[in-house]
Amino acid sequence: MTTRAEAFVELHDVTLSYGRGASRVDALATTALRVGSGDFVALVGPSGCGKSTILKLVTGLIRASTGYVYVAGREVGAEPVRVGMAFQNPTLLPWLTIRDNVMLPLKIVPPFRAEYRAKRKTEFRDRADALLEQVGLKGFADRFPWQLSGGMLQRASLCRALVHDPQLLMLDEPFGALDQFTREELWAILQDLWLTRKPTVLLVTHDLKEAGYLANRVCVMRARPGEIIEDCPVDFARPRTIDMTYTPDFVSLTQRLRELIVSARGGTELAS
Amino acid sequence: MSAQDEPESRFSPRMRRRIASVSVIVGFFVVWEVACILFHVKEIVLPRPTQVVAALITYAPAIWPHAIQTLSTTLAGFGLGILAGVFLGALIGSSRLAYDAGYPLLIGFSSIPKVALVPIFVLWFGAGTVPAILTAMIMSMFPIVVNVAAGLATTEPELEDVMRAWRASKLDILMNVGLPRTMPYFFASLKVSVTLAFVGVVIAETVASNRGIGNLMMIASSSFDVPLVFAGLLILAVMGVSLYAIFSVIEGRVTGWAKRKDELALG
Repeated sequence: MTTRAEAFVELHDVTLSYGRGASRVDALATTALRVGSGDFVALVGPSGCGKSTILKLVTGLIRASTGYVYVAGREVGAEPVRVGMAFQNPTLLPWLTIRDNVMLPLKIVPPFRAEYRAKRKTEFRDRADALLEQVGLKGFADRFPWQLSGGMLQRASLCRALVHDPQLLMLDEPFGALDQFTREELWAILQDLWLTRKPTVLLVTHDLKEAGYLANRVCVMRARPGEIIEDCPVDFARPRTIDMTYTPDFVSLTQRLRELIVSARGGTELAS
Repeated sequence: MSAQDEPESRFSPRMRRRIASVSVIVGFFVVWEVACILFHVKEIVLPRPTQVVAALITYAPAIWPHAIQTLSTTLAGFGLGILAGVFLGALIGSSRLAYDAGYPLLIGFSSIPKVALVPIFVLWFGAGTVPAILTAMIMSMFPIVVNVAAGLATTEPELEDVMRAWRASKLDILMNVGLPRTMPYFFASLKVSVTLAFVGVVIAETVASNRGIGNLMMIASSSFDVPLVFAGLLILAVMGVSLYAIFSVIEGRVTGWAKRKDELALG
């Protein structure tokens, strides 16, 4: 295989299906996707279109039925890539303080795990605290998850996804359960974190405004079988603001994305 | 209970609840005492609480070593039960194969009356302390196995995805997520288990031992010393309640996070 240094993540003619024979379900039709190092790509589309499946393929949690998934130039799993993940459910551990929750990846992911015992009271602790401060959770490090609101937990979850300087950040509807204002606040925080650290980000979302605000590229998918039908570049200047989301250019972008998704849904309805 | 209208202002609701529960327990013994006197119940049928306490005091020097024997045997069996229970529970909860094979075995084994096992243990190890320890272990093990396995099986799939994306080993997941999550289940099962360990020990002592409260009660009943039998029961009950209380306190300290969901949550 030739090296694939240009793209940090590449799906090469990947398909994925579950089951056999008549009960076979094609979750993903032949899909190709290339994401450059440090890029920010959003995946949008109706539910059941395989957005989360792509995240799982890229993290190696599931294997493609056919085709190849490359991460950092080699087939997924071959190269130890540091991955951070955050979901709609913050999944913090209730028996650990917020700081200890954020430090959890350092305890597990190499090369940090070897030094965890030595540095957990010094360097790693400062690292977690600095991140918590950046997302506005200064002073909450010693609290427990049940003492924080949903938005605060989601911030902590973002910190946990980023504390080990991941090369790859996987976000699966991370702000889906939050109210509009908290969500917009967290967009700004996430953009800020991305601009300072530049991980490669794959964001799955239902929110087109969120996709347009955050991503460099928005991939629109359709369902049954899952497929990327459009790859829209988003070229607004960074750092972006909420005001920007009300400019005519931005509105026409989200309108266009919306039409694509609606037409994709209509198409499948006619076909079935 | 008659004093309920007045202390309303003097005691906190929690204190009042405590007073109420204590008075119900004391009332139970008072009713027992009074009923025995009123209906002229013979001592040999049902001794009065005062007679039981009197027997306890009279025979205290003789009862004491038996009580120590029973307590230490119970704790030894319980300790082994915890070790075996956590090990088996972790195995069953974290491996598909162990779950499929182990669960039917476990259910089958737990439906055997444990008394039936005592003669087998006696056959293998001779009468005495060892069969009692083993019976206690077997009896106290099952709630622990089931609860630890259940706790491990309820790990959120998303969290497991996160851990696997970090390339955490099975052991990492077990130590950092599985076992801590299981702690509330584990401690809940300990409270039940410790009382079962007592049952196991007393059964084995009754059947095949020359020491311990179980043996003492056997001898006392064969000489129709019913107050002494009841004194033995009282000692067992007190030891059982004490250990239950101790494990409740430990449970509250260790797994408080599982209980205080909304108490202090911010808006």
